[in-house]
Amino acid sequence: MTTPNEPLLSVQDLQKYFPVTKGLLKRQVGAVKAVDGISFDVFKGETLGVVGESGCGKSTMGRLVTRLLEPTGGKVLFEGQDITHMSQGRLRPLRRDMQMIFQDPFSSLNPRHTVGAIVGAPFRIQGIKTEHGTKKAVQDILELVGLNPEHYNRYPHEFSGGQRQRIGIARTLALKPKMIIADEPVSALDVSIQAQVVNLLEDLQNELDLTYVVIAHDLSVVRHISDRVAVMYLGKLVELADRKDLYESPMHPYTNALMSAVPIPDPARRNDRERIRLQGDVPSPLSPPPACRFHTRCWKAQAICKVEEPPLVELATRHQVACHFPENVPQEAAEAVSA
Amino acid sequence: MSFLELKDLKIHFPTDDGLVKSVDGLTFSLERGSTLGIVGESGSGKSVTSLGILGLHKGGHARISGEIWLDGEELVSASQEHVRGLRGKKMAMIFQDPLSAMHPYYTVGDQIVEAYRIHHSVSKKVARKHAIDMLGRVGIPEPGRRVDAYPHEFSGGMRQRAMIAMALSCDPELLIADEPTTALDVTVQAQILDLMRDLQREFNSALIIITHDLGVVAELSDDILVMYGGKCIEYGAAEDIFYRPEHPYTWGLLGSMPRLDRERTERLMPIKGSPPSLINIPPGCAFHPRCPYSDRTQGKADTEVPALLETEGGHLVRCHMPREERRSLWENEIKPMLETT
Amino acid sequence: MVTYIIRRLIGAVIMLLIVSMATFAIFFLVPQLAGATPEGMASRYVGRTATAETAKLAAERLGFNDPLVVQYGRFVKGIVAGAEYDYGPGVEECPAPCLGYSFITRQPVFPDLMNRLPITLSLAIGAAVIWVIMGVGIGVLSALRRGSVFDRAAMTVALAGVSLPIFFTGLVSLLVFSYGNPFSFAAQGGHYTTFLDSPSQWAYNLLLPWITLAFLFAATYARLTRAGMLETMNEDYIRTARAKGLRESTVVTKHGLRAALTPILTVFGLDFGLLIGGAVLTESAYSLPGLGKYAIDAIVNQDLPKVMGVTLLAALFVVVASLIVDLLYAVVDPRVRLA
Repeated sequence: MTTPNEPLLSVQDLQKYFPVTKGLLKRQVGAVKAVDGISFDVFKGETLGVVGESGCGKSTMGRLVTRLLEPTGGKVLFEGQDITHMSQGRLRPLRRDMQMIFQDPFSSLNPRHTVGAIVGAPFRIQGIKTEHGTKKAVQDILELVGLNPEHYNRYPHEFSGGQRQRIGIARTLALKPKMIIADEPVSALDVSIQAQVVNLLEDLQNELDLTYVVIAHDLSVVRHISDRVAVMYLGKLVELADRKDLYESPMHPYTNALMSAVPIPDPARRNDRERIRLQGDVPSPLSPPPACRFHTRCWKAQAICKVEEPPLVELATRHQVACHFPENVPQEAAEAVSA
Repeated sequence: MSFLELKDLKIHFPTDDGLVKSVDGLTFSLERGSTLGIVGESGSGKSVTSLGILGLHKGGHARISGEIWLDGEELVSASQEHVRGLRGKKMAMIFQDPLSAMHPYYTVGDQIVEAYRIHHSVSKKVARKHAIDMLGRVGIPEPGRRVDAYPHEFSGGMRQRAMIAMALSCDPELLIADEPTTALDVTVQAQILDLMRDLQREFNSALIIITHDLGVVAELSDDILVMYGGKCIEYGAAEDIFYRPEHPYTWGLLGSMPRLDRERTERLMPIKGSPPSLINIPPGCAFHPRCPYSDRTQGKADTEVPALLETEGGHLVRCHMPREERRSLWENEIKPMLETT
Repeated sequence: MVTYIIRRLIGAVIMLLIVSMATFAIFFLVPQLAGATPEGMASRYVGRTATAETAKLAAERLGFNDPLVVQYGRFVKGIVAGAEYDYGPGVEECPAPCLGYSFITRQPVFPDLMNRLPITLSLAIGAAVIWVIMGVGIGVLSALRRGSVFDRAAMTVALAGVSLPIFFTGLVSLLVFSYGNPFSFAAQGGHYTTFLDSPSQWAYNLLLPWITLAFLFAATYARLTRAGMLETMNEDYIRTARAKGLRESTVVTKHGLRAALTPILTVFGLDFGLLIGGAVLTESAYSLPGLGKYAIDAIVNQDLPKVMGVTLLAALFVVVASLIVDLLYAVVDPRVRLA
């Protein structure tokens, strides 16, 4: 069991390489380093937000942590238990504790099953008997996520997108998990529905004492929902800090550029913002730039960025960054870096 | 008369389940060189409007009525062939997902050449030179080489640039962009928005940008039109919509959206329920089942469709609540809540 | 692209090897495994009338007493380098490619097959031209006028075409259009004139078989094309093509049809390859002396070497056809070239 200062989830130097083959014999000529050595902890009751653009490996990371994908290297510890290469059989009881919510509320629900069957499936799979029967338990959960318990016998297509996402959430809650990994939980939803689901996730966290890892590309949503935020770029963790620190004084130029790129819903500020505009697209994860992977798009890049990979170091309290020329660094840390 | 004027445009689709009133009486105007943002959720009718202006519903099952005036010409009653001649030349469109919007079997260059040669009788060689020129203007490096690449060989941002090059190849006076950056990464989105702003200035075209993202609208639009259930429910200058919104739906959109430029609010203020199905639009005010103030309409909420009325200097609102009540609600309740930390 | 071609070529060679093994297995291995004695095997080849004594001799001469591997080796060697068959009184040459030697007709099989091939080829090519034009044309029109009277009528006829067997449609059309009927315009079955001798007589004789065969395939192709077109015309790039101001006819042909036809190309290649190996039912119904009729006659006479020869040739056609289809696919769809 975890003690308060022991992480619920601990990820150490996690790697996932997808082989790339070429030629007649399908020789392996390289690898897509989708996740390339990332480490972080998630503590009980908190929400860790993970942001990044396409190809940064955030979704792969979520699938590795929940063991939907087999890691190439590194370790995943859940409640101190090493689950990195645990067999599916031994993993099954742990699946109760760690659940996943997916982006697409349309394709992740089986259209031929009723809501009752979908939400009740975890009970059947795990062979759990409940006091008043599965139906009652399922209806309680439906009510919890704001759905009408009388809709037990309806099918997914009878619900709107937001309601379907609620069904998806209800399914993950069935077995009272300790942790939920949510991969883009609101990005497929309409703006007004997004807010409903975000609020629901927050309410459930308070009520059920849940721990979240929320993976998303929308920086505003991540800021709203997270206690701590991790920024990923091309398979690497480039910055990890408490929400306020990250959004108010980002150290990594990439984090800064990301936030600067978010359109601001304020017409008066359309021209006066000091914007950082990155050139080009994110490079292909198939052949990422050497050393610091951001150096091809970074306006602060120097010679060293092309030859030496910056390690992820803590430059302020609970604020880690991987950059040779970080910004917003406290005086003493800056001196330590230059020394 | 303005460069583009829509008068009571209706686009309805008869289906087995009933009449889908995708666009139900839309009126607005737009001048050359200015930008209109159309905001709405799924099923609000915003995309159907854009395809309707281009005449792409003509000849199909749609029932279209009302008027679309483009540069002094009425398009709803014009022949299909005539509108086709204007498409791509006088008015052009940029779509959401550039990968699926470009033909996978033809090179990017061929597709731009095709667009150019529909409206200009020039040789393939001249058209190709023009295509390379356009690719360079939208910021694609090495356009002479990239012109022969296929869409799948481009990155997402480059594809959208190529799509823009294609749309601008005949120098259109009206450009409609339907969710032009929704499929893109945020850093690339910023580049594309900058590019569209610069090109609009350069070409002095009228621009309609259709999106669900209030941030994108605020970046580009002079005027904003908020759509709900096929109707315009609020229209005004960008400042009106963001600083003095008067419709509860607009308040709801603003309250639903977490913002990076403000202190973090503890709680988002979503709109209850879901957007209506266009087959079954609620009677009276389409928004009333989701409106927290529907009890303040003297019982008219579900019986009478509110009219789109001017509240002040070109700011139009479709709401049963008296103007004073809306203003005081905004000033005293909504605005403080959006700004609290 | 070169790798793609080479890989497909190697695949085709491997397929041919497997085909040869499978054929060998069907005609030599399975009977022996099922308990046929070498003498019994030999008597299948030299004829039932043979006495026990001659059968034993024949078994020795034909090598049915050798190990299976040796038998298979001899089988392959015959195809590649030719073989000699000792039938007792003398030795018969069977030059390469030796696909067997009929002891009943005292003829090598391969030259027989080559004599029959032009007839089947004529039948297949003529029918293919008709069914592709009719099937694709009707399919496109049906898709563009979805739900119209034309669409419904065409699809009803297509359903009939798919469902009715050739020996029915063939005989009915013979009855209606031939045999001295008032509307008779076509030749009765059983006649074949080579194209070189008289193109008009060639076409006149084959007209009814063509139509009968094409009816079956046109129906399938109409349904396939209709489904493909309906899907393609809903693609985003079709909307883009219209937004450019292209004429609807160009949108349909250049943008719609080209994409919709790609999967049909695959089906066509395989159908055609299968057909030139013998249009068994059509050739039987019209008594055309093609490969299919040859196979049927061989089966009726229990002339195993002929049956085996036809089988091998037909399999070769299918393998070659699918190779050509694969290569054409890469020409049509640039995305395939990457693979």
